[in-house]
Amino acid sequence: MNLLPEAEALHARLRERLAPDIDRFDALVGIHSGGVWLAERLQRELAPAKALGSIDISFYRDDLAQRGLGRSRVRASHIPFPVQDAKILLVDDVLYTGRTVRAAINELFDYGRPARVELAVLVDRGERELPICARYVAHTLPQPLPAGERLELARTEAGLFTLRTLRDEPPTTR
Amino acid sequence: MSHPQLDEHGRLQHLLSLDGLPREVLLQILDMAEPFLEVTEREVKKVPLLRGKSVFNLFFENSTRTRTTFEIAAKRLSADVINLNVSTSSTTKGESLLDTIDNLCAMNADMFIVRHAISGAPFLIARHLRERGREHIHVINAGDGRYAHPTQGLLDMYTIRHYKKDFSRLTVAIVGDVLHSRVARSEIAALTTLGVGELRVIGPKTLLPVGLEQFGARVFHDLRQGLRDVDVVMMLRLQNERMKGALLPSKEEYHQRFGLTAEKLALAKPDAIVMHPGPLNRGIEIDSAVADGPRSVILPQVTFGIAVRMAVMSLLAGQGAQA
Repeated sequence: MNLLPEAEALHARLRERLAPDIDRFDALVGIHSGGVWLAERLQRELAPAKALGSIDISFYRDDLAQRGLGRSRVRASHIPFPVQDAKILLVDDVLYTGRTVRAAINELFDYGRPARVELAVLVDRGERELPICARYVAHTLPQPLPAGERLELARTEAGLFTLRTLRDEPPTTR
Repeated sequence: MSHPQLDEHGRLQHLLSLDGLPREVLLQILDMAEPFLEVTEREVKKVPLLRGKSVFNLFFENSTRTRTTFEIAAKRLSADVINLNVSTSSTTKGESLLDTIDNLCAMNADMFIVRHAISGAPFLIARHLRERGREHIHVINAGDGRYAHPTQGLLDMYTIRHYKKDFSRLTVAIVGDVLHSRVARSEIAALTTLGVGELRVIGPKTLLPVGLEQFGARVFHDLRQGLRDVDVVMMLRLQNERMKGALLPSKEEYHQRFGLTAEKLALAKPDAIVMHPGPLNRGIEIDSAVADGPRSVILPQVTFGIAVRMAVMSLLAGQGAQA
């Protein structure tokens, strides 16, 4: 049984871990949706002068035939800085199979050749299916969640973070 | 009621017509086109969504622009595109059409984009695929006879929404040869579904079908009257090649009465936009001063058309998914 930690505390911890290194990066890029909220706050709190981008990986999914596109609204990716030779920090709420990060990296490369890409996440829930790991992690789940369960960041109207679990729609190929 | 373009779960299986297409599906396509527009503005204008899929452009009737925009849309989704321009000179009997389809299925087609001079041809193909147990192959109607041109209708709705937002507050006028226009039919269907405030249809009696009032349209035979205070002017092309018999006195007279000039456009709202599906007959249905003028959104329509077609193809390709 995993007790979900408090998301605001995790955010503070991630910010703390990132702070000494933030100048190693030219830009922060959040992955929709939770990662975008996180990246926005990290940028505001740590490095307001740095570029901020967002990525929606829907067009880079590897499971279109199984899941389709129409489930949730796809947003435009927004990369307002030259990716060529940039040092980029990718930000996401939860790291799981690694497929989302794979898609985000692929997408970034369609904008140019970054000098370096690193990853920061709030929660690592383990069970990777690809060789991907995050350099900055606020919390690692001690035990795996049930396969059908999705963990994601939510944001209250006041802009506060919370973590929630949802039953994933079958099949769980995410 | 079951519609041949929806599957048993009510999801879009083929895009054949905007008639009877549920409002949610229509809006879903328009919403999905937005992020694709961003893709078309990137350095690398390509996403891997349809990688490995084979899209066949089957054009039994000539069209450069529509075929090209479908081709670009498919390529920007990383699909493989095969263009087949099938001659229209021979009598295209139903049987030979379906033989062609069977052959292309044997080449592992995933999607057919079909343009045909005969109304209903894409429906015939969709039904045939179902009968052969090939429901996984999708059909997009790229214009059939006088019946429908759904992706044009969708890109027109996208254009209106882009510039004008809320349909319920708009007065939209469709001007010209509605009788021969599949574009007009698709536009009327979509505008009705989206709940346009007021729909006007303007044209000479000989070029308007009967019964337009059933769709809630106000019919005008005088362009000046019809244009008064409209928000959107949707011009249609005068279809010379589709015109049989003496429906018009002369092109000159048509231009005089129904050609959109700057002077007539001044009767519309000051911020009215002017649309045209192309290709333009300059000096007949539209003056260059209008077509190239500040109210014209004719070229943005082309750009939006690619994003809308990318959205339709992605939506269909993703429909193999479990409900």
